[in-house]
Amino acid sequence: MEKKIIATTSLAGCFGCHMSFLDIDERILDLIELVEFNKSPIDDIKNFTKQVDIGLIEGGCCNSENIELLKLFRENCNILVSFGECAIMGGLPALRNGIPIEECLQEAYIDGPTVGENKQKILPNNEELPMLLDKVYPCHEIVKIDYFLPGCPPRAELIWNALVALVTGKEMELPYEVVKFD
Amino acid sequence: MSTTIRFKIDGKEIIAEKGQTIVEAAKANGVYIPTLCNFEGLPPKGCCRMCTVKLNKRYMTACTTPAADGMEVESDTPEINDFRKGIIELLFVSGNHFCPACEKSGNCELQALAYRFKMMVPRFPFLFPQKGLDASSPKLIKEQNRCIMCKRCIKAIKDDEGRSYFAYQYRGNKLEVILDKKLGKEISDALARKAMDTCPVGSIIYKELGYYQPIGKRKYDKEPIGSDIEVQQ
Amino acid sequence: MKDKIIKITSRYQNDRHRLMDILIDIHDLQGYVSDTDIEVLAQQLGMSEVEINETVTFYHFFSKKPRGKYNIFLNNSITAFMRGREKVKKTLEEECGTKIGSVSPDGLFGLYSTSCMGMNDQGPSAIINDKVFTNLTPYRVRKLIADLKSGKTLDEAIYESTGDGNNSDPDVRSMVFNNIRKRMILLERNYKKFEVIRNLLIKHSPDEIVGIVEESNLRGRGGAGFPTGLKWRFGRRVEADHRVIICNADEGEPGTFKDRVLLTEFPDLVFEGMVIAAYATSADIGLVYLRYEYRYLYKYLNRILDEMRKQNLLGENIAGVKHFNFDIRIQLGAGAYVCGEESALIESLEGKRGEPRDKPPFPVQNGYLGYPTIVNNVETLAAAVRIVKNGADWFKGFGTTDSLGTKLLSVSGDCKFPGIYEVEWGTSIREVMEMSGADDVQAIQVGGPSGVMISVKDIDSLGTTDLMKWYKPSGMMVAQKTFDRRLSYSDLPTGGSIMIFNSQRDLLNEVVMNFMDFFIEESCGSCSTCRNLPFLMKKKLEKIVSGHGVRKDIDDLLNWGRIIKVSRCGLGQTAANPVVSSILNFRYLYEQHVKAMADFDNVFDMEKSVEAANNFVGRKTILHHV
Repeated sequence: MEKKIIATTSLAGCFGCHMSFLDIDERILDLIELVEFNKSPIDDIKNFTKQVDIGLIEGGCCNSENIELLKLFRENCNILVSFGECAIMGGLPALRNGIPIEECLQEAYIDGPTVGENKQKILPNNEELPMLLDKVYPCHEIVKIDYFLPGCPPRAELIWNALVALVTGKEMELPYEVVKFD
Repeated sequence: MSTTIRFKIDGKEIIAEKGQTIVEAAKANGVYIPTLCNFEGLPPKGCCRMCTVKLNKRYMTACTTPAADGMEVESDTPEINDFRKGIIELLFVSGNHFCPACEKSGNCELQALAYRFKMMVPRFPFLFPQKGLDASSPKLIKEQNRCIMCKRCIKAIKDDEGRSYFAYQYRGNKLEVILDKKLGKEISDALARKAMDTCPVGSIIYKELGYYQPIGKRKYDKEPIGSDIEVQQ
Repeated sequence: MKDKIIKITSRYQNDRHRLMDILIDIHDLQGYVSDTDIEVLAQQLGMSEVEINETVTFYHFFSKKPRGKYNIFLNNSITAFMRGREKVKKTLEEECGTKIGSVSPDGLFGLYSTSCMGMNDQGPSAIINDKVFTNLTPYRVRKLIADLKSGKTLDEAIYESTGDGNNSDPDVRSMVFNNIRKRMILLERNYKKFEVIRNLLIKHSPDEIVGIVEESNLRGRGGAGFPTGLKWRFGRRVEADHRVIICNADEGEPGTFKDRVLLTEFPDLVFEGMVIAAYATSADIGLVYLRYEYRYLYKYLNRILDEMRKQNLLGENIAGVKHFNFDIRIQLGAGAYVCGEESALIESLEGKRGEPRDKPPFPVQNGYLGYPTIVNNVETLAAAVRIVKNGADWFKGFGTTDSLGTKLLSVSGDCKFPGIYEVEWGTSIREVMEMSGADDVQAIQVGGPSGVMISVKDIDSLGTTDLMKWYKPSGMMVAQKTFDRRLSYSDLPTGGSIMIFNSQRDLLNEVVMNFMDFFIEESCGSCSTCRNLPFLMKKKLEKIVSGHGVRKDIDDLLNWGRIIKVSRCGLGQTAANPVVSSILNFRYLYEQHVKAMADFDNVFDMEKSVEAANNFVGRKTILHHV
């Protein structure tokens, strides 16, 4: 059987979902028999080198780079999976969604109690930086997402079950204990 | 006159006492009809519509409808279950329910229903409404982001003269449940704890308590909501 | 203020069930009710402050913030927009020096929007304090505002002659017109006041009266069509110390205004109907729930009631019938469509927010203050008088087999002669079009936003999906020969609102959107479904009309429209109807907008999304390869 190709990325996430991915422990050795990794922080491949079967997205979209990367994944992956609460509903970063972005920036860089010396009231505006979006967007509100794996992070069991199902084409098992939102 | 009545839920024979609602009768017979705004000991008010069943081609809330002889109730059908799942999803997108940061996670009935109905992502777009938080009471926090307007606290938490601590404010999609400023300042410890326990979600939080049960030991970690009612076939 | 409030509450014996009256009195005094006032009210009525606040914040005409000396509530019915509301609004904002939703800096004018106020045949219209101003144009607005600024009173500002009929009664003095275009058995002029009470009650037992109404097959004229005789019989059956007759004059379905005309021209007929209903059901308490928008009739209606009392047509041993004691009180609403639903109306009468009750129990078992309560529409009560007077057989000579008698239609929109038409049940839509002079018709909305939108084209050609078929029993899907459909309980039931839209109207952008706004505004919010779905459906509709829709979005709307059917009351259950019925009958309009080939579109606009942050930090938006 030809190996399926997998890519992963973390957008506005904390890499916790990737950590949970690694929590499949020694089964990663089984996995590597079934799949080949392409663009992913796991193997540090920076760019897509071929069309990918399954893309795993951690994190929602909080800036322009997230959007570009997500669209790049959609173009290069046949199946796209949102994994983790941030990808599915914005998650922790989306707590800012109820607050105007101006107020967030003001608090984060000028008024906040943890701001050190910023007498000139500098706000980050270098062209090199990604541009901040008005709110944090769940991934499926930007591109079409095929599957969703909830959890913060998703349980390793859930990730394993999902990957095995997607790779082998069998129906996914969802035992009650593995699908949780926290 | 006999006080026993017989009717059917999804074809299963149910024996009930006259005066019982469909939900109560179902429970007594080991049939789980999902509920959310309903709370044992409080008068029912069909707010959440979770317990909707089909009766004579009409949709009725099972928590408010008295059981009657010969009824044929449809409950566990694809159509009804899709409506129920839709309602759960509506409640998720219309608030800001970020489970990982909620004290009630694992013990939350809304979350538990979402688990039971296998909600992976709501079919509706997230609305991210702007909602506040009232921490002015020395005992309680009223977290509006998580409130699902179920009315339980309004009905349950009253003083000796029958005055409500909580009430609705506004209407339509601006509706919210607020805590009386004056009564909230003087609320007793016992009543404050009762308020938290009455709330199905994490909208009423007893101060200084926070997370008190480890993951894995919470109410809905291992068994779906309603499984205590369902009889093993 | 505290003393004044205590004086007001003691006028109502500190009875919390009279909270609506108390709040209206406070508003009359100072235009709003403050948190301090709520504190006093809570003490006086033995309630918590949040409980008082719950009622205050529910109703549209109550305010917790100071308002203007003149508060202008501009109607936002769809037909008002069709008759130039935007220009009127702009002129109002300019002349008053403030925007809709706020008070002018000098405190003279408060400007607000309000849902349909029963003046669709003479819009755009507005309520200013308690007076109604109709047929507004920019010119008339400028003149009116100038008059008010120069210190003229509102009465003086009704500079034109008053309307026809009793609109010119000294106790009404409104510029409203009746526009009665067609009279039959209900509106005929030969009505001899109170003949039935005086001469017939003594000859018939209550049971016989119920029998006559049952025999006539009269059905509720508010829209739901419940058999009136049966309702009366149910109300009689329950043992109780008191029984209640309520006249539902909360006519709030956008596009209907027939109750307003009945109350203006035939208030005696309506009240006589209440007395007959009371006799038939042994009721002793009578209440008229009058929508706040019709407050200009309040004094006049009370005068009629006083006259009735003087003639012993109300009070004790009415018309010489021993132990028949009954009186009527008029209760004003305060702006809430949902209060037209009978159990919400009862909640409101008890001083609470207008939240529908769960049924069962029905009001006939457990209604106002727990007493058996019969709620009848204005038109139903009027019809009952004619039936008792002339007999059931006479009544059966009108209408069709399943729908007997006549129906008052409130016709508005794109037609030459908007107004009130009394027609026999069984009249076809085509006949209504001909009567009202509607030549160019794209669509007709039958029964208001909660009813159906009927198209000219036959639907068969459009094809039906399984999803569309789900709605078949609802009667919303129109089959062939659309305009030959007949107004009747078996074909097209209606409370009488008929709105006509010509071929120039943008049905989705103008009409459906307006109707959805109405439901969003008027939901009581109690059910999770009705609180959230209309808003979400409107967002989806906006997505479609902005050109970002895909085919799945149309199916989503139909699917979501099913979920809302599990709501508690009729408002909730029908709140998706504008979208659903327009998809069922005008699917091509939706198909035109959606992208046929795409299966996903997100509406996301990067440039717009980064604008706020970039402006704040001071950088240019440079988009790369997106």
